[in-house]
Amino acid sequence: MHFFRWTRGVGRGVSADTLGESLFRWFSTLVALGVVGVLVLIATLLFFEAEASIRVFGWSFLGGTVWNPQPPLLFGALPFVYGTLVTSALALLFGVPISLGIAIFLSELAPSWIRIPLTYVVELLAAVPSVVYGLWGIFVLAPVMRTSIEPFIQGIFGFLPIFQGTPIGLDKLSAGVILAIMIIPTISSVSREAFLAVPDSQREAALSLGATRWETTRLAVLRYARAGLFGAIILGLGRAVGETMAVTMTIGNKNVISVSLFDQGQTIASWIANNFTEAETPLELSAFIELGLVLMLMSLIINIFARLMVARVLRQGEGAA
Amino acid sequence: MALKLHVESLSAWYGEKLAIQDITMDVEDHMVTAVIGPSGCGKSTLIRCLNRMHETIPKARVEGKVLLQGEDIYAASPVSVRRRIGMVFQKANPFPTMSIYDNVAAGLRLNGVRNRDELDKAVLESLKQAALWDEVKDSLDKSGASLSGGQQQRLCIARALAVKPEVLLMDEPCSALDPIATAKIEDLIFDLKKDFTLVVVTHNMQQAARVSETTAFMYLGKLIEVNNTRELFERPREALTESYITGRFG
Amino acid sequence: MKFPFNRDTRRRWIDLTMSIAAFVCVVIAIIPLGSILIEASIRGLQSLSPAVLTSTTGQGGIGNAIQGTLILILLSALVSLPVGILTGIYLAEFGKNRLGAAVRFFVEVMTQIPSMVVGIFVYSLVLELGLIGLGSPRLVFSTISGVLALSTIMVPFVARTSEEALRLVSIAVRESALALGIPRYRTILRVVVPSASSALVTGSLLGIARVAGETAPLLVTAFGNNDWFRGVDQPIESLPHTIYIWATGPYVAQNQAAWGVSLVLVLMMLGLSIASRVVIRLRSVSR
Repeated sequence: MHFFRWTRGVGRGVSADTLGESLFRWFSTLVALGVVGVLVLIATLLFFEAEASIRVFGWSFLGGTVWNPQPPLLFGALPFVYGTLVTSALALLFGVPISLGIAIFLSELAPSWIRIPLTYVVELLAAVPSVVYGLWGIFVLAPVMRTSIEPFIQGIFGFLPIFQGTPIGLDKLSAGVILAIMIIPTISSVSREAFLAVPDSQREAALSLGATRWETTRLAVLRYARAGLFGAIILGLGRAVGETMAVTMTIGNKNVISVSLFDQGQTIASWIANNFTEAETPLELSAFIELGLVLMLMSLIINIFARLMVARVLRQGEGAA
Repeated sequence: MALKLHVESLSAWYGEKLAIQDITMDVEDHMVTAVIGPSGCGKSTLIRCLNRMHETIPKARVEGKVLLQGEDIYAASPVSVRRRIGMVFQKANPFPTMSIYDNVAAGLRLNGVRNRDELDKAVLESLKQAALWDEVKDSLDKSGASLSGGQQQRLCIARALAVKPEVLLMDEPCSALDPIATAKIEDLIFDLKKDFTLVVVTHNMQQAARVSETTAFMYLGKLIEVNNTRELFERPREALTESYITGRFG
Repeated sequence: MKFPFNRDTRRRWIDLTMSIAAFVCVVIAIIPLGSILIEASIRGLQSLSPAVLTSTTGQGGIGNAIQGTLILILLSALVSLPVGILTGIYLAEFGKNRLGAAVRFFVEVMTQIPSMVVGIFVYSLVLELGLIGLGSPRLVFSTISGVLALSTIMVPFVARTSEEALRLVSIAVRESALALGIPRYRTILRVVVPSASSALVTGSLLGIARVAGETAPLLVTAFGNNDWFRGVDQPIESLPHTIYIWATGPYVAQNQAAWGVSLVLVLMMLGLSIASRVVIRLRSVSR
């Protein structure tokens, strides 16, 4: 850049250009820092607003099981944290194998003419709004769960504590299924990227040893991309933890901690969505915001972890290449 | 002299682009056959057709016959063909997530060899054949990616040898290596023909002259001349061959 | 070497089984998508009519929800696109240092904040600002805070897609401009940004799609309104909000109508998604 400053503009504009250059640079830097500043603002403001609740309840907020908006005011987050963890775990349980299958099919096994259209169709899953998944969950999925799937499971595994009670369709299991559907596009597309980053020379190595396509995938692709897959799964988990509407509409909204997946429950996000605007006292509002803070920290930790994993993989990939 | 491979009227395409055209040639058993020619002449495509690796590229297509001891490989399953005809690539491609031992054992495990003694024996033998044993015998559980470039290439050779192929195809195996590592691989090629039949693609004419008995010269997707290596370099029959080996193009 | 008998047959079967299993995974994923589209079309079309599209939710229609969603999207885009694209420019052009790496990392983290959290953040922000005299606590439930919430979600998203779009512009293009003695900022504004314009449009459309279906943050900001748009300081209705209220309401007629609203919203989203593809296609054709 110095070169141009010297050679250019014998007659005109040197100082104007230099000024424009640094103005533009500073302005865009300032805007970018402002965007990051919003993140800082979110964290500090939520902390500030949650402070009253943190001061009153301390750590017992996380362990508390009741939400009592009438005196004596008592607010605990455990049922919501529990619901969030259970539904997210279910989402991973159902979503991960399917997503990996999709990614393997689309990047390794499918005939090439079908890859692009199918990839696009799977990505459309991400274009459906959460609230529409919720609507579908209430009126299509829940009846099917109630009348066929849940009785069927109960018929076989009814002795297990996680399948006790009368199937109602709007419960933790249904919420888990909806979440699984919603995280499929995330996990499958990030996994597909991880597979695409595997050099063809790795596939050729396996093929030339006489490996079948599936063996090539197992030997050369899955192993090479495993850290990227891990990152993809964690990103999916992050999405499941923060998802609000579809879960709110299908989980049944009941503040209980129960083992049975056929029981209703509540997640952090669903509880906030349902009741935030009805907070009756400043302390309850503060407790709601503390819940939001907990949700944000959970999702931030998960996502930072996933990003670091993915970043490490990318660096490794460059090192190996 | 026994005939190992017979290539007949072989043509290959990438999409619409014709890469090699109507090639007919023989590969003798327990000999090294070199394929030379300028970049882009189709020599890599040719040997990739010999173990059906060409067709793994999207939109690639092959016509013609390749007979392995009289059987057409395009009538068999590609998996069994590639087990009988192994391949070493231009750039060493060990599996980076596997140890040296597992790299060599990978092909055997695919074929269901689970017995530890049998695996140990095969790994030892293959690493010795690839002249790598002495350098890695104390670090078999280290990653394959931890080796130097030349060692990685010999590891890939050992991996290919472990499944006991009849033919070993080498696609410019030394192009990414320094002269010392290259010399080691060349010595290795010389030793390997005791047990295997080799086809080596190279852009280096000296290398072809040093290691091979038969040399094929390709130009613009066509096989111009194939002959005894000495003959080809000393008394080329075709004018094109002569101008290439005397360095007038390429 | 002896290989176990029939090993190859078994391997071929495993190969086939795994291929089929992987394909079945794709089918399983497509079933809900297909089911949603079919149900929304069948149930939705029954409940849509010109009268429904032109009346307010108070009157059983969705005209005000469509209007509200368009207003929210338009205002959010007005705020987010310049800020997001400028941040993208910073990341792509000046971000090759430590500060840039940190900004990129945090922007990426921001794209993952749960939208519900963004909602209560904006709620708290507007409330606190109102309490210290900037605006009014009344603005908590208003178009303004809805736009703030959607923009908080949209800006980091647009920043990332813009950065990627700008990075696709080849070095040769930049260098040819710089070699003519054009200063860097003009090169960026006159050469790099226009070359990346279709990718930037794609990113912007995806950013709009990202927020057009958002409901959770609007519950605690835009709130909802049974009447037409009354001004930026008033609560505003939106399509996702209408779906939520009607889907969870006790009346069968409303439940049914929620499918009609969903059809409108899904068609909007698909339209945005397809439009973004078309823009990419156009670019690759013109090259």
